[in-house]
Amino acid sequence: MSSHSKDHDHGHDHTAFQKDITEPKEDWEFLEIAIRELLIEKNVLSAREIQDEIEAWEKKNPEKGAEIIARSWVDDDFKNRLLSDGNKAVAELGFTVESLKLVALENTYEIHHMVVCTLCSCYPRTLLGVPPLWYKSREYRSRAVREPRAVLREFGTAIPESVEIRVVDSTADCRYLVIPKRPANTEKMSEGELVKLITRDSMIGTAEALDQHGKRS
Amino acid sequence: MTNLFNIGDHVRVGDALPPGHIRTPMFLRGCKGTIIKHFGSFPNPERLAYGLSGLPKINLYQVLFEMDEAWNGNGDYEDRDTITADIYETWLEAI
Repeated sequence: MSSHSKDHDHGHDHTAFQKDITEPKEDWEFLEIAIRELLIEKNVLSAREIQDEIEAWEKKNPEKGAEIIARSWVDDDFKNRLLSDGNKAVAELGFTVESLKLVALENTYEIHHMVVCTLCSCYPRTLLGVPPLWYKSREYRSRAVREPRAVLREFGTAIPESVEIRVVDSTADCRYLVIPKRPANTEKMSEGELVKLITRDSMIGTAEALDQHGKRS
Repeated sequence: MTNLFNIGDHVRVGDALPPGHIRTPMFLRGCKGTIIKHFGSFPNPERLAYGLSGLPKINLYQVLFEMDEAWNGNGDYEDRDTITADIYETWLEAI
C-alpha cells in the first residue's frame, strides 16, 4: 500500500472546488467539499461526472409543470385525478416523481396556496427544475409563513383580503405543485397556448398565471 | 401501519427539543392544529439521516394551523389565513 507523501504529489488533483466559486466559509460547505473530494479520490465519481449531473439539473425547467397544469385546465377529469393522486396523474403524461409524493393544490377564488420549505428547499425539481435562489433564501423561508401577505405584495401579487392564503410548508416526503387559477377569456385557447401563461412562480403560488395576453394580471 | 389520527382530529405538536435531523419546524412546536390529510407511512427521517433503515415506517399527516397559533398576531396575515405542515405521527398528540 502506497503512503501519502509529504509533498502531496500523489496522483489526484485537488480541483474539487472551482476557482470561480467564493471561498467556502460555512461548515456545510467544507463538508460538501470533503465528501466530493473523497468521492473523486476513491474513484466513485469523477469531477466531470459531478459537473455533468449539475448541468443536467440546470437544464431542467418548469415546462413539464406547465404542461401538467395546462392539461388540468382543459380536462376536469385529469384535474381531479391530479388532485387525488399526483404521481399517478403525471405518469399519464410521461412524467415521474421518484420516491416522493406529488401533491397538487388548486388555487380558486376562495383559497390561494403558496408553497415554502421552511427547513431547507424541498421543491418538485423533476417537474419545475432547480428552485430559484429566493426560494432557498432564509428570508423567503422565514417570512412566507409569518407575513405571507407582505411577501406576496413584494412579488406584485395582489390577493384580496376575502381570499384565504394557505401557506403550505413542505416539511417532509411530499412535493407540492400549485394549480393556478385559469385566467379569464382563455376558453378558446389551445393547450399549447395555455402552457405559455403558466409561469414557475404561479406553480409555487407566489404569483398568478399570466392573463390571456401573456401579461401579468 | 394503522394510523392513530383521522381527518378532522385536533392535535398538538410536540414541543420537545431533541438534537438531530428533525423535520418538525421549530415555529410549530407546541401549536394546536387539525389533521386535514393522511399521506400514508414513510421511513422515519430522524433515523434515515443516520444511515439507518427508518423502519418501521411512521404515519405522515398534513396538519392545518391558524396563523395566530404560531405568531399570536405578530405577522402580516388576515384571520382567515392558515399554514399547513407535514408532520410525522410521533410528533403529534391528541387533544
